[in-house]
Amino acid sequence: MRRFLQRRSTVAFLMCLPLILLIGGLVVYPALYAIYLAMLNKRMTQFVGLGNFEFLLRRATFHLVMFQSCLFAVTAVAAKALLGFLLAHLMHVIPGRHQRIWRGLLLIPWVVPLALSTLGWWWLFDPSYSAFNWLLAKLGAPTVPWLGATGWARFCMILVNTWYGTPFFMIMYLAALKSVPEQLFEAAAIDGAGAWGKLRFVTLPMMRNIISITVLFSLIVTFADFTIVRILTNGGPRDTTHIFATYAFQMGIQSGDIPLGAATSLFMLPILAVASFFILRGVSRRDREMAAA
Amino acid sequence: MNKLSRRAVLGAAAATASLPLVHIRSAAAAGKLTLGLWDHWVPAGNAAMRKIIEGWADKNKVEVSIDFITSVGNKNLITIAAEAQARTGHDVQAFQAWDVHNYQQELEPMDDVVAPLIAKYGKVNPVNEYLSKIGGHWLAVPSSSGTQYKPSSARISFFRDAGLDVQAMYPARPEHTALSDQWTWQKMLELAPKAQQAGLAFGLGLGQTTDSVDFVGALFHGYGAELVNAKGEITVDSDPVKQALEYMAKLAPHLPPDVYSYDDASNNRALISGKSALIFNPPSAWAVAVRDNRPVGEDCWTFPNPSGEKGRFVPYLPYSWGIWSFAKNKSAAKDLLSFLCQREQVEALCTAVDGYDIPPFLSMADFDVWAKVGPPLGTVYNYPIRPWHNATPSIAGFPAPPDIAVQIYNRATMTTMVAKMTQGGQSMKDVIAWAKDELEGFTR
Repeated sequence: MRRFLQRRSTVAFLMCLPLILLIGGLVVYPALYAIYLAMLNKRMTQFVGLGNFEFLLRRATFHLVMFQSCLFAVTAVAAKALLGFLLAHLMHVIPGRHQRIWRGLLLIPWVVPLALSTLGWWWLFDPSYSAFNWLLAKLGAPTVPWLGATGWARFCMILVNTWYGTPFFMIMYLAALKSVPEQLFEAAAIDGAGAWGKLRFVTLPMMRNIISITVLFSLIVTFADFTIVRILTNGGPRDTTHIFATYAFQMGIQSGDIPLGAATSLFMLPILAVASFFILRGVSRRDREMAAA
Repeated sequence: MNKLSRRAVLGAAAATASLPLVHIRSAAAAGKLTLGLWDHWVPAGNAAMRKIIEGWADKNKVEVSIDFITSVGNKNLITIAAEAQARTGHDVQAFQAWDVHNYQQELEPMDDVVAPLIAKYGKVNPVNEYLSKIGGHWLAVPSSSGTQYKPSSARISFFRDAGLDVQAMYPARPEHTALSDQWTWQKMLELAPKAQQAGLAFGLGLGQTTDSVDFVGALFHGYGAELVNAKGEITVDSDPVKQALEYMAKLAPHLPPDVYSYDDASNNRALISGKSALIFNPPSAWAVAVRDNRPVGEDCWTFPNPSGEKGRFVPYLPYSWGIWSFAKNKSAAKDLLSFLCQREQVEALCTAVDGYDIPPFLSMADFDVWAKVGPPLGTVYNYPIRPWHNATPSIAGFPAPPDIAVQIYNRATMTTMVAKMTQGGQSMKDVIAWAKDELEGFTR
């Protein structure tokens, strides 16, 4: 027993055990249970294998949901990455105390509970009392059906997600920027590189891994988003803003078809698995290259 | 003679004194009971419910705990789903319209509670029967708490100026009027452009939430339009459905442009803010208008929905109380539910919420509260369906088998069809083809 406990690997395992149990109970078990549910019939009395997945793939509305989920996630993540990159650079050049103030202010959207801030946005877009429309009317411009027309409704969803998630990108990029050695910029300047050159040949290569990881992390969270769509549009108009999570909720909880709801939500898994594979492979490859250099 | 010791006397006295204590019934003599009830919109509703239940609990020595679970964010639906999966939780749950069907396998039969109630109070609302009586057995007890109609809630002044005196049409007394026969979908269509011009466009939602679905569902019923018939056959490609869609194509341009994004609060706000002359809603919008915008509240009158060729249908959205098959105290739960459904309790609850709740037993549509509430006095007199209204309670999706209808309802198939045509610019043929495809999925 004494020898057993003296083995470092055993001690390490025992120390990790609480975490392993936590992950097992709160992540692995629910995931396996969701897979099990997705393979049952509507009344959950019969095993139907991949029947629910096959059924979903034949439905035109589900094709729309897949398209919208990808559109929402990809556009929102791209916008967040771009804005976060710009903000991080702007922040980086603000000196000392002022930077802390601005950093704190810009982090506010990310720290406010999403459900509350989305409700705030919903009031701004509200059909009857939209503050934006009030402003437009004051300026003599025509009002906009923010949540009532497909294009505008999708734009609003992406806008709110971008507003919420940009600070995360900004803070990650800022941390990465601060870790780039100043000497590299000085060397680039000596070699005649301008601002663009420094960005292209110093900043971006040094930040590539953190950009990839941040994009991957955000992609996962954005794909699984529920709150924004649920509060802003509930999938309307005409199902044109439904994404996987809201459609799964409507199927599983509201319409009493839990297996179909589980199958819908599991469609995120292969998409995210493929994205994770390529992004993480890129990160590993660059790590190897840097280690070799 | 045996001598009694002091110790023996004290011991006997103590034993005698403790005897009655053994026979006293504690507060939980008949066990414990846990209830998950709907958190009422009207704050007084929860207090009245708690008072009635505590009175029953004291009398029957049952320890009752009540959780009022909000329907905001579908928290009640999520709680029910979790309890059904875990097979543990409250003994009694308040089920929204379709949930009895969704959870039928986990529910205790309630025939022994409902049958005596029907024997005593007569017919129960047919929509309740459609939703809660499965395979010839009641699986939940129709409840008044939260149960609502969604009739017309209209501005008296606009309709009077437009030539329709709604107070004369539906007076606050037991009287059928010839004028009420003129309140048809066609008449409403004639008035819609006038309301639009007056800046009071009818706030009739075409979104994906219940108020929109219920309005369009009642309209479809008025035209005899069924997406799926009672046998489960898809009947969407039919003349009545086309007629209903044609009607909506004429009506939609005169509704506010944002009706496609309406939720269940948008129509209320349209009326309360004075921007709309007509919505289909329980009197909650009127009640808030009285509080927040009194001139509008004083100008509101509630009366049944317009009629179509096949009759007058008023949307009805009921709640039911069910007992889980895994409940721990079924007998006490049944006693309590039976008690709560007695006329005295239903009337007390209904009065506490100013008549918002609709009793599921048709014989109870004569409570005083609807005549006494105002301003204006009698404004909600015609909120419950009265025998002289010649109206039928309706739920969108009926008469399809409920496991199909629930999907028609929750997926908002009818409003989506209308929106695809009137907003999306799709042809009627394409819309019907889309609906057919969706319905095939629902009938799998």
